[in-house]
Amino acid sequence: MEIGLQVIGRRGVSFIKKTGGLFILLGKFIVSLKDIFRSIGLIFEQLYLLGVQSLPLIIVISIFVGAVSAWQAAYQFKFIGAPFRLLGNAVGKAVVMELAPVLSAIVFAGRVGAGVTAELGTMKVTEQIDALESMGINPVRYLVMPRVIACMFMVPFLVIFANFVAIMGGLAVAVIGVDVSSEMFLSGFKESFKLSDFVNGLTKATVFGLLIGLVGSYEGFNTTGGAQGVGKATTTSVVISMVLILVFNFIFAVILFRI
Amino acid sequence: MADANSFIRIENLHKAFGDQVVLDGVTIDIQKGESIVIIGQSGCGKSVLLKHLIRLLEPDRGRVLFDGRDIAGLRGRELIEMRSRIGMLFQSAALFDSLTVAENVGLGLKESRRYPDAEVEKIVMEKLGMVGLTEAADKNPDALSGGMRKRVGLARAIADNPEVLLYDEPTTGLDPITADLTNDMIVELNQKLNVTSVAVTHDMTSAFKIASRIIMLYQGRVEIDATPQQIRETTNAVVKQFIEGSAVGPVQVR
Repeated sequence: MEIGLQVIGRRGVSFIKKTGGLFILLGKFIVSLKDIFRSIGLIFEQLYLLGVQSLPLIIVISIFVGAVSAWQAAYQFKFIGAPFRLLGNAVGKAVVMELAPVLSAIVFAGRVGAGVTAELGTMKVTEQIDALESMGINPVRYLVMPRVIACMFMVPFLVIFANFVAIMGGLAVAVIGVDVSSEMFLSGFKESFKLSDFVNGLTKATVFGLLIGLVGSYEGFNTTGGAQGVGKATTTSVVISMVLILVFNFIFAVILFRI
Repeated sequence: MADANSFIRIENLHKAFGDQVVLDGVTIDIQKGESIVIIGQSGCGKSVLLKHLIRLLEPDRGRVLFDGRDIAGLRGRELIEMRSRIGMLFQSAALFDSLTVAENVGLGLKESRRYPDAEVEKIVMEKLGMVGLTEAADKNPDALSGGMRKRVGLARAIADNPEVLLYDEPTTGLDPITADLTNDMIVELNQKLNVTSVAVTHDMTSAFKIASRIIMLYQGRVEIDATPQQIRETTNAVVKQFIEGSAVGPVQVR
């Protein structure tokens, strides 16, 4: 019994520590923004490294996300007897409001969040972060700020592509598999498209980017124990980011879409 | 030797990681121009002590005074200024692998924004010259041998003309000849740059070569604080066992 309580206690303490640590890092990140112009070169380097290189993966995934949502929607429509001209509406709503932002963020967490943690974690265990500090360089400004900003720009940027490609994927399935004309699909999409949905999706994506960048950096900075530690920190970073993305996505849904 | 006017004063320093007590009340005074070597077994807290001097770690209890000021109270610019007066050579050199050798040496100068780019370049080449590595300026750190990496680390540590140099195991992992060359380089730099230096090591050859004073840490405390000559002649069984490198004796091996 005592052992069980101890485990709960330890987990609880570690949860509180992590939450506190993330808030402290968020604070330091905000403070470091005053030096944003000094780090502009570093930011552009990260924008390229983190974002542009994720684009091919996001495109491939989005084609299939759009395709499967069109297929599943058509399958449901058949059973409830809904007209197939509404396929564009259904796919458009699902993609723009939920699928593109959430799935892009999850892919980004798995690829970029993991990479940030592995890089910063390796720097931590090889004392490179200590070395930066010893030279009077603030590691939050030099390492965290450019990465977090790059994540905050790149997730929404990728979501724009994901939206477009997923709709095209849905369109392809509608035309080839369900026998809906492209005009019908697109007119349905246009009919239901609201700019506010699109903007909300991008806003969510920006917040997801902030979460991924912060969690990735936090786990990297708190890595201990050599190569094994880096591996562990990387896994933890991805898991925490993914959970936070889904939790925040729900919070957004409740705030933005009043029933 | 306790003296509130010391250049660096480590006062009753305590540090524990979880249940493991690493430093248990360490007091050391360091005067300007001294070359201190801290010896002790692996894991006895030597590196931990060194990191406290530049506030990479903060004490659980006790304090570190640098030039008369408690460094725990330094904020923002003051902390950066204190750190700019100290150069540190890390155990594995801790070079940034995404930067070239020259960029590594010049990073602190560039980021301090006190020098124009041309000046930074000049200083970098001058410091690389002092460690005999001008030809490696454009290489990546991973193309260098362990000894060369340490020398780049050294060039980086002296880039901003520090008043204090901290060496974390400067000869560990080097072959005996390279280690001796590194020792010579440290002695030479200490004299040429007129710095105060603190080195931690368990390499006694190195310790005797570079030290003006040797301090041994044992079980979280200062076991001895004496000149190299006094250390050689000591009757302290713990110190004797350590410098002779014997497995038999009073030292409890962890």
